[in-house]
Amino acid sequence: MSHSAIQNSPANAAETATMPAPEQSGKGPELPARKPRRSFLPYGLIMPAVILEVLIHIGPMILGVWIAFISLNQLNLTNWLNAPFVGLQNFVNGLNPESTIGQAFFSTVGRTMLYTVTVVGFSWILGMAGAVFLSSNFKGRAILRTFFLVPYALPAYVGTIAWAFMFNQRDGAVNQILVDTLHLFGDERPFWLLGGNSFGAMIMVNIWQLWPFAFLMLMAALQNVPNDVYEAAAIDGATLWQQFRTITLPMVQPANGVLLLVMSLWTFNQFNIPFVLFGAASPKEATLVSPLIYQNSFGSWNFGLGGAMSVLLLIALFIASIFYIRMVLPKGGDND
Amino acid sequence: MIETRNFRILRNVVLSILALWVAIPLYVVASTSMKPLKDVSGLFQWLPREITLAPYFDIWTTVPLGKYFQNSLIITVSATACSVTVAVLAAYAVARLQFKGKRVFSLTVLSTQMFPGILFLLPLYLIFTQIRNITGIQLQGSYPGLIITYMTFTLPFAIWMLSGYFASIPKELEEASMIDGTGRMGALFRVVLPVAKPGIIAVAVYSFISAWGEVLFASVLTNEATKTLSLGLKSYASESDVFWNQLMAASVVVSLPVLIGFILVQKHLVAGLSAGAVK
Amino acid sequence: MKNPLKVLTALAATATMALGLSACGGGSPQATTDTITYWASDQGNSLDDTAAKLKPSLDRFTEKTGIKVQLEVIGWTDLYNRILTAVTSGDGPDVLNIGNTWAVTLQETGAFEPVEGALLEAVGGKDRFLQTSWATGGAEGKTPTSVPLYGLAYNMYYNTKMFKEAGIEKAPVTWQEFVETAKKLTKDTNGDGKPDQWGFTAAGASVSANSHQAFIRGLQNGGTLFDADGKPTFDSEAQVAGVKQFIDLMATDKVMSPSDAEISQGSQKIDNLINGKAAMLFDQSPVKNFEARGFTDWGVASIPMMEAGATGDVSTQSHVAGINLSVFKNSKNKENAIKLAGFLTSDEEQVALNKAYRSLPVVNGASSDAAFQTEEVKAKRDALANHALPMPLIAKEGQMETLTGTAIKNLFAKAATGTVSESDIQAALKDANNQMAAAQ
Repeated sequence: MSHSAIQNSPANAAETATMPAPEQSGKGPELPARKPRRSFLPYGLIMPAVILEVLIHIGPMILGVWIAFISLNQLNLTNWLNAPFVGLQNFVNGLNPESTIGQAFFSTVGRTMLYTVTVVGFSWILGMAGAVFLSSNFKGRAILRTFFLVPYALPAYVGTIAWAFMFNQRDGAVNQILVDTLHLFGDERPFWLLGGNSFGAMIMVNIWQLWPFAFLMLMAALQNVPNDVYEAAAIDGATLWQQFRTITLPMVQPANGVLLLVMSLWTFNQFNIPFVLFGAASPKEATLVSPLIYQNSFGSWNFGLGGAMSVLLLIALFIASIFYIRMVLPKGGDND
Repeated sequence: MIETRNFRILRNVVLSILALWVAIPLYVVASTSMKPLKDVSGLFQWLPREITLAPYFDIWTTVPLGKYFQNSLIITVSATACSVTVAVLAAYAVARLQFKGKRVFSLTVLSTQMFPGILFLLPLYLIFTQIRNITGIQLQGSYPGLIITYMTFTLPFAIWMLSGYFASIPKELEEASMIDGTGRMGALFRVVLPVAKPGIIAVAVYSFISAWGEVLFASVLTNEATKTLSLGLKSYASESDVFWNQLMAASVVVSLPVLIGFILVQKHLVAGLSAGAVK
Repeated sequence: MKNPLKVLTALAATATMALGLSACGGGSPQATTDTITYWASDQGNSLDDTAAKLKPSLDRFTEKTGIKVQLEVIGWTDLYNRILTAVTSGDGPDVLNIGNTWAVTLQETGAFEPVEGALLEAVGGKDRFLQTSWATGGAEGKTPTSVPLYGLAYNMYYNTKMFKEAGIEKAPVTWQEFVETAKKLTKDTNGDGKPDQWGFTAAGASVSANSHQAFIRGLQNGGTLFDADGKPTFDSEAQVAGVKQFIDLMATDKVMSPSDAEISQGSQKIDNLINGKAAMLFDQSPVKNFEARGFTDWGVASIPMMEAGATGDVSTQSHVAGINLSVFKNSKNKENAIKLAGFLTSDEEQVALNKAYRSLPVVNGASSDAAFQTEEVKAKRDALANHALPMPLIAKEGQMETLTGTAIKNLFAKAATGTVSESDIQAALKDANNQMAAAQ
């Protein structure tokens, strides 16, 4: 799993973080009584959060990086503090593009990127379509709005197991519709969870679960667009498409930057869906990065290799996110 | 948008397709949960030949679902409440107070969200073990272990969203209250929180959903006594038999509380998001 | 609940209470000395069924010794991970079941009590046990850390009604006869030009079952998974030939439904036999499933060999399958834990338990019981005593199973969606071999 849901943009936080500052300097000191002494209040307020983050996120992360440099397996796990240091051995074994494992790792990273772009792209488009069409008033709108959010509220395991059940080659509902009812594929029952199709099937399941989140966020963003803006545009003779491009899109722009980053990180780190669809070992054509790391750590109970892969992935994600923040969310840069 | 005929046709087509697509898996789950096992093993039947509620009774004995339900409730509610509380405090500091290290704090907290959960799993387990060895505090296999894990997972988003929300509340409200002598904390509790209700609800819903459905960490950090509901679902499929109908019935039971809760607060959720998160 | 402040304080109060409660309640369910915890593997038709069948024995144990047993039945998909996490934290049950192929790996972790001294005495010494099963208790030349509990072996099971309909009078003995028989049984019954009844069925996506076949078919063809120096030889000519025979059942002989490539649970292939969708299968203990479904039209035979009457390694029909029992070294109740180990391996309980789970007693004193004189049990005993070798007794056994089993799973997937050539098989096994070598 990738922390199971919404994640976040450092840029926006930085933005909100420093937001009060300019106003204050503009208006001058409002609360002079409090200004002179240095307050410990803010530190007290963030302390619980800091402790938890250190214990659950930062600490394990540092330990995770350390594991990449030692030889940790089921035999010395009991006594893991004394596991032998092996330097870069895990990186050499796991990430050498010449080796079987290294090849698998790099092709998996490429596949995961393709997967992320596809899933996030479709989810955004569907979410946008849902949000735009549901922003107009009609009968049944409220029900539909709630209904569309159901896949997001559903426990991830439930949604995925339903699809796994439907994708069964011999008895599943998908082939029942496509082959038995619509007589597609020349009456050959295709496999959805094996071979090349499994990649598409997994994308389908992920979009099904992810698009309501895009829908929710975009719908929230569209709430802020006053309807008279559209009315004015319509009077000026703007077509629907023009209205969408010149009013709707710019209005959701601030939400988009965060939304796309969040959904991308989440999808890139996807673990639950392949794990429920395929079990511990995904088909070669559909192996994503997180399941690969799982296979190379928990699958074999040999953690150094999975650790080395994780470290490389961390660095890549970190660079990509920084890059994205600088390029796409230029506002974040103001605060540096 | 301004409705034209074409817009309405397009809207109806798109929304119908989306609705159908969302509905099919839900229908498959619901209908399978009401079939006898013998009708489930063959080719999928859209219209059940026989409807039975037996799976809904059997699920409680095949697997101790009642106990898992209780575990999930304790863990999820606690994690949600703790997460919201901690997030409110931190978010207020970030939104309203100036302090050294604020930027470092925000960025560090948020950057932890970037990393795949799979990376934390073993180290977290090892750290919990080490804590037990040193202090005797049992974190793996106990409620507090999973509670603090889940609340930390949802904390970054909660802090970010709430600080956005707090920042959007006019400062004059608090200032008036502080001039009346309530102090910062008084202003936070008496003035800011009541106004921030939609934001708090949005954060709570998010935390609840995340924790309720989580399985990976639960699979390592719980034992039989503290197993959660989502994890318990897996028990209907054993090597020796797969009780698909019961699995689906249990899925319905697991999903209902979160769905009902979600529907109840859905309005506030959109309001909370639109004021805070997406601006 | 209109005031958010009240909501928040209420929530915080709930949270504190829950934390407090759980700290007391869930924190230390430290057993009193007269209760021990026991993790059992899933041997019945469901976790519930397994527990129900184990209960009478545990009740007798409590009655006899006054020691209560807190039982937890754990499914096969979770058991290995649960054991390893327990090993890591040192926080495990007092007594537990393990798949006997894991014995050496778990022995190396040093977390289990060696079978010597009081434990060896409690189980009545090595000579009471079936020697092939006893040999799986740990690495050669080391004190074992597990004792056999249930014995299992592969046999071939078939649907007698389908045999009769096809005019087949006796079960095939050699592999060639087996393939021919399977071809006769594969047919199109509804006239749509495609077979819908198959000669053979297997769980093509089950990693462990696939690895067993890699082991068995390799040996029958004169190969081994490891050479004398312990280097992996998954891609040796004989191993490739053995794996090819298994894959060919779907790929070229076409006696196995492509749908089988999706089957990951053994019970699904047994369903195929019961429903008349397939006529033959290899399994360790399908009888409990047959009985649960009220299915009686089944017969049993040996796993086919390359030549009738073969002897030695090429006559291997099964690995020495079964479940072993270990005592956790960290147990705070070791004395009582050892008592349970002794009790469960006693002649009387061996009869009762193996009868209930349809497995083989692993002690000589129990096999003479009337319950174990059926044709099915005799076939199983013959396979276990005369045609079985243990899976490689190495620390990385799990990795070997994962690599070979997954390679075969992927090959079946390829066969189901296209074609598989010998070089595909060669390449897949070579990949697995490289990864095994890198891991060593």
